[in-house]
Amino acid sequence: MQNFIKNLAQENDFQATRLLKILRGVQTKYLHIPKDAIEQLAELLNIPRTQIQNVVEFYSFFHLQPRGQYDILISSSITDLMVGQEELVNYFAEKLGLKIGEVRADGVVSLNNTSCTGMCDQSLAGLVNGYAITKLTKSRIDEIVENVNKQLPLEQWSRDLFDVQDNIIKSDLLLNQKPTQGEAINATFARGLMETLNEVEKSGLRGRGGAGYTTAWKWKFCHEENAIQRYIVCNADEGEPGTFKDRVLLNSYADSVFEGMTVAAAIIGATQGFIYLRGEYLHLYEKLEGILQARRNANLLGKNILQHGFDFDIEICLGAGAYICGEESALIESLEGKAGIPRNRPPYPVVSGYLNKPTSVNNVETFLAAANIAIHGGEWFANLGTAKSKGTKILSISGDCAKAGIYEYPFGTTIQTILNDCGASDVLGVQVGGPSGTFIANDEFERKIAFEDLATGGSFIVFNNSRNILDIVHNFSHFFAHESCGFCTPCRVGTSLLKKQVDKIVEGHGSAGDIVALEELCQLIKNYSHCGLGQTAANPVLTTLERYPELYQSMLKKISYEPGFDLDKSLETARRMAHRDDAHAHLAQVED
Amino acid sequence: MTNKKVKVATVSLAGCFGCHMSFLDLDERLVELVEHVQFDRSPLTDIEHCSPDCDIGLIEGGVCNSENVHVLREFRKNCKTLVAVGACAINGGLPAMRNHISLEDCLNEAYRDGIGVENAQIPSDVELPLLLDKVHPIHEVVKIDYFLPGCPPSADVFWKFLTDLLAGHEPSLPYELVHFD
Repeated sequence: MQNFIKNLAQENDFQATRLLKILRGVQTKYLHIPKDAIEQLAELLNIPRTQIQNVVEFYSFFHLQPRGQYDILISSSITDLMVGQEELVNYFAEKLGLKIGEVRADGVVSLNNTSCTGMCDQSLAGLVNGYAITKLTKSRIDEIVENVNKQLPLEQWSRDLFDVQDNIIKSDLLLNQKPTQGEAINATFARGLMETLNEVEKSGLRGRGGAGYTTAWKWKFCHEENAIQRYIVCNADEGEPGTFKDRVLLNSYADSVFEGMTVAAAIIGATQGFIYLRGEYLHLYEKLEGILQARRNANLLGKNILQHGFDFDIEICLGAGAYICGEESALIESLEGKAGIPRNRPPYPVVSGYLNKPTSVNNVETFLAAANIAIHGGEWFANLGTAKSKGTKILSISGDCAKAGIYEYPFGTTIQTILNDCGASDVLGVQVGGPSGTFIANDEFERKIAFEDLATGGSFIVFNNSRNILDIVHNFSHFFAHESCGFCTPCRVGTSLLKKQVDKIVEGHGSAGDIVALEELCQLIKNYSHCGLGQTAANPVLTTLERYPELYQSMLKKISYEPGFDLDKSLETARRMAHRDDAHAHLAQVED
Repeated sequence: MTNKKVKVATVSLAGCFGCHMSFLDLDERLVELVEHVQFDRSPLTDIEHCSPDCDIGLIEGGVCNSENVHVLREFRKNCKTLVAVGACAINGGLPAMRNHISLEDCLNEAYRDGIGVENAQIPSDVELPLLLDKVHPIHEVVKIDYFLPGCPPSADVFWKFLTDLLAGHEPSLPYELVHFD
């Protein structure tokens, strides 16, 4: 093992910033991160042992105890639950002969749930040793179980299991453009760098991750910072449940995205770029490396790009299963090889980002738009959309609709139009912007996709009338409790309390004061949390409580208070061990 | 403060009586207190059950067994205002450290397998309350109106809280009384 780790560290120039990549190598080879490996890496990378331990414990895809040779994770996003995730996972576990979360006694296979893997249009989805598998049914599960039990190498599994579809259903301004091969770079230099920045400003382009900061300003501020080195980062840590458009853009429009990064780098004066790819998209890694290499060969990356006297290159960094790393400062921490804990802001990344140098972090879709704006000009883009939201938005539509997939719409499009296009009927409501966004009811479908109305990073989940809103809230509150980074108390403790309180109500133990307590808790988490995760973690409860108060009330029993756990059941062990079953050995759940 | 004395009941559930000891640290202020307060069920009075018209119930300790549940319910039923006093009542505290170990292992260690145990057996008698598999904070079992933090809350905390209530306004504890750093 010592040689393996030494070589691995050497390949990564003994850089502590590459810690995630190194640990990924160790995890793949030894199925966990052995203690000795941590000791050795601490020495080789010259960082504290505890820092490595911290990183290992922080990311879901690193383990201190060995996983199976086949480590299978099944997505437990709401869209997966809607296709019967629970039943299928139980079936899977039974067929494999293990319990969910555990490694089988022979060490061959392990199975667990995981957060949304970005395949909501082809649920039930999962990962085998990090590689995406889709459309799981009982028969496909049988096939996997057979492969596992035969210990068939992954390369020999049917390719069909790993088939990932683009499902682009409605194209508009951006998706109608061909991938660029230098056109945007040439146009940028022909027009002039600052003139191109003006075009980006004229286009009104705002960040496509959801927050909607004006892209041109970000680049301008980054450019104006006094520094020798600056960085461009593409945020492809698409973790918001229900979002999968960046996966499709990187699969089919990667050239344009990389070119958008190159244009941005030229404007702000960066020579190094990173694309932070979420670990769940490992299946795209080799393809993207290939495209980067092809672009280097075509002098679209590297030294003196297209003879414009400008150097720039892009490195792919893989995440390791942490939703919080989609937050830009947490992403930067992760890029530096640390746990993804959001930084205090200000200073913003444009002032002090990667390695404390000015850094512009933009969404995949933003770079795609920027590349095309560089070619066609700002007006071309600004002609579409609303006064405050220019251009188009690419949506990932999933849930109860006939045609789940990728849809591109001009900003200002109504929810009803979208629902008609995707073939949704008998609709109860739509979750716009994922769990951290808003749930809208079926009397609000005239509302519009726009920053000034319904802002979204692209997640659009449709629910029909057969769904129970509380099941949705239940799933989302568990998601946030799992993904809280643990740094600040309001979020770490608050999301867990919120999960427990929602469980209590959903399981029918709720009573009069519980809704008030729930609301107070939501306000506390929202107002006191350190970053966007905590500030939005209560949204599923708040937005549905506002719209369906009677539904929550109907879950409450007409008593003043009921414990949140089964009192009598919690005496079971003591009863059994004391061999008692008399009246005093029992407790009523509610006092008579 | 009105003339009619306010009835206060107190109890220690899964606690160490440390909060009660801290309460007694009111010292000479106790004399002033009893001018306005009459103690009902409490280890201080040895009254066994709450009167139906208690005003304030002070609960020390968490809920670890079936008897704790019954006592807590009696307090809730008979006290207008119920207060969780100290870390164990609020969070489970020290007794809740057993929550990481299964109850079966706890009982076996204490009564069967522990060093020096003679006549090893799990106690079994209808008079003995059974243990819950986990120790719970009291607000998970009944509705609690106020929480007094501290391990234990200082006498000044008790004084400020009770005098606020007796004066008829919402109790508020200034930062100096509840910071521990």
